[in-house]
Amino acid sequence: MRQFVERHTFWAIVILLAAAVFLWMIFAVWPDWLVSGLGRKKTFVNTLLNGVTLGGLYFLVASGFTLVFGLMRNVNLAHGSLYLLGGYIGYEVAEASGSWFLGLAVAFLAIAASGVLMQVLIFRRMEGDDLRQTLVTLAISIIAADLMLAVWTGTTYQFAPPEWLFGAATLPVVSVVKASGDPVFIKYPIYRLTVLAVAVAVGIGLWLFLNRTRIGMMIRAGVNDRQMLSASGVNVQLLFALVFAIGAGLAGFAGVVGGTALSIAPGEDVRYLLASLIVVIVGGLGSVTGAAIGALLIGLAEQFGLAYFPTYGVVLTFLILVVVLAVRPQGIMGTR
Amino acid sequence: MAARSLFSGSASFAERHPAAIAVIVLLLVYPSFASDFFVFQIGAYSLILGTISLSLMMLAGYGGMVSLAQMTVAGFAGYLVAILGDNSVGVMGLGWPWWVTVPTAVLAAALLNTFIGAISVRTEGIYTIMITLAIAVAFFYFVRQNYVIFNGFTGFAGVAPPVLFGVDWRDPLPFYYLSLAVAGGFLWAVLHGARSTFGLSLQAIRDNPRRMRALGYDVTLHRIAAYFLSGLIAGTAGVLLVWFNGRISPGSVGVDIVIDILVIAVVGGLRHPIGPFLGAIAFVLLENFAIDLIDRERFNTVIGTAFLLIVLFSPDGLLGLWNRITSKVRLGRRAQLGARNEKRDGRHPAGSLEGT
Repeated sequence: MRQFVERHTFWAIVILLAAAVFLWMIFAVWPDWLVSGLGRKKTFVNTLLNGVTLGGLYFLVASGFTLVFGLMRNVNLAHGSLYLLGGYIGYEVAEASGSWFLGLAVAFLAIAASGVLMQVLIFRRMEGDDLRQTLVTLAISIIAADLMLAVWTGTTYQFAPPEWLFGAATLPVVSVVKASGDPVFIKYPIYRLTVLAVAVAVGIGLWLFLNRTRIGMMIRAGVNDRQMLSASGVNVQLLFALVFAIGAGLAGFAGVVGGTALSIAPGEDVRYLLASLIVVIVGGLGSVTGAAIGALLIGLAEQFGLAYFPTYGVVLTFLILVVVLAVRPQGIMGTR
Repeated sequence: MAARSLFSGSASFAERHPAAIAVIVLLLVYPSFASDFFVFQIGAYSLILGTISLSLMMLAGYGGMVSLAQMTVAGFAGYLVAILGDNSVGVMGLGWPWWVTVPTAVLAAALLNTFIGAISVRTEGIYTIMITLAIAVAFFYFVRQNYVIFNGFTGFAGVAPPVLFGVDWRDPLPFYYLSLAVAGGFLWAVLHGARSTFGLSLQAIRDNPRRMRALGYDVTLHRIAAYFLSGLIAGTAGVLLVWFNGRISPGSVGVDIVIDILVIAVVGGLRHPIGPFLGAIAFVLLENFAIDLIDRERFNTVIGTAFLLIVLFSPDGLLGLWNRITSKVRLGRRAQLGARNEKRDGRHPAGSLEGT
């Protein structure tokens, strides 16, 4: 941090100023000229929060994707299908048992198990042939999407989360001051804030797991040099299965969390696959920190695009992708 | 790279000239004994899909770059035909004559593919798949959201080929021959282009980019040029496709169909330019007659399973399956014929540079 300030004083000042302006935009009551330029403050803050929470959701999905890739060099194009399947399974369990948390747990475990199954039955058979693995995952995603459509039809499903997650929280942010002098505070759904909290918790948990535990150390070693790790007596296949379980499980977990925030319907698999792809390309393949940065960027870009220029919203996301690839082909946190 | 084992060219088709001539004759007289349905819905459609897949095969087989955005490029050309020419929706439809619209659409599609190439050639292998898939999906969402130019969810309808020389080119027979001419022309161009200096350098770059760079070749430029050329193929096929369907909508460039193009190319075989056409015929036949096998709704399961089986058990696709069977037959014969043939056939595994 201090090194950065000393080396890039100019950029440090720019970042500091940007952060200050940003904080001011969130907490201050907007003067009229800003309102006429950007619209109401409520829209801005809500879009910002939507973007951040969506980024959190994207992080949940993409972190599993990037984890699997980092260790196994396997682009799992069925990741979106795992997300959707997790959502459906979670919904069924939650409906049958009446417990949303049970649905969440079962979705995580079931999708983790199917991830292990995929690793053991398919990827182990074609190790090192990354292109074939990618094509296989593509085939699986086609079949899975079609079978899920057959079982759960085209209906949109809506979860019923626990009571205390319902409703809106009043944020300590004033949107406008009424003529009478009373400040109007901005409200925001509690559930979406919870999604953000869960994403942050998962992110910290993953970081601790990778950087502070013995297994995490093995995984990092495997990312750097798989053969050397295997030569030093670690059961690499077991490690692969474990990482695949965590990565897939996170997708299933995100399926329930995201399905509750939005909804579960056919086509969501492609949406989240696209999100994961862009997030990890932007953030850098194989880097969990990169996935967090990428998810935040893409989530914000998507929501701001939707709110301020609806017809060209996708272009903004795409522009970020192009700029990152042009400047840093390996992604923001990627190493090559 | 793993891509090499999947995509190295093979040298077995050029030796079979009699068979090739027989196929050409069969394709030319095909409409004389087939019904309109088989000429138009099966014949012309297979040729168009095959041509789009050919543009992918050219990139993947000779360049080692698997781009999933080929259908996007074709769809872009189709959209341009609807936007610049006539459509019955009432949005855009600038009414330009066909001889301006079609070249513009094809060229714009090629330029779009050049742009896609410029973005993705900086990365390699599976990264290319990921980036081009992201581009394809982004294009799908873009045309679906954009109502001003692309007319959003509805898309365009009422796009028809021109009536020229007193022939309505939408009629099954003329349209079949038009598709056949385009497909055959591009097939010939790819076959011969593969043996040109450019084609050979492209294949050398696929096999060893570092060495080619050291030899002074501009690797990036070659790859981008390949994207441009494949964009021409995909764009032309895209124009035919929009004429075939008469309409275009975001569904025409959706993820399903984008992946279908890859499925067609892989199922057919990426080693030889004829592979995509085999794959397209198989795909279209399955699409039309899977209804007799199982529920029409579950078509994607059938095609996905076929794709999975091919990738798992015959990475070279149908073409590889065919080659394997024939080489087994040949092996048996060779055992009797002895050393002379062995020398001739022994060339095959190293034959990747010869293209055809």
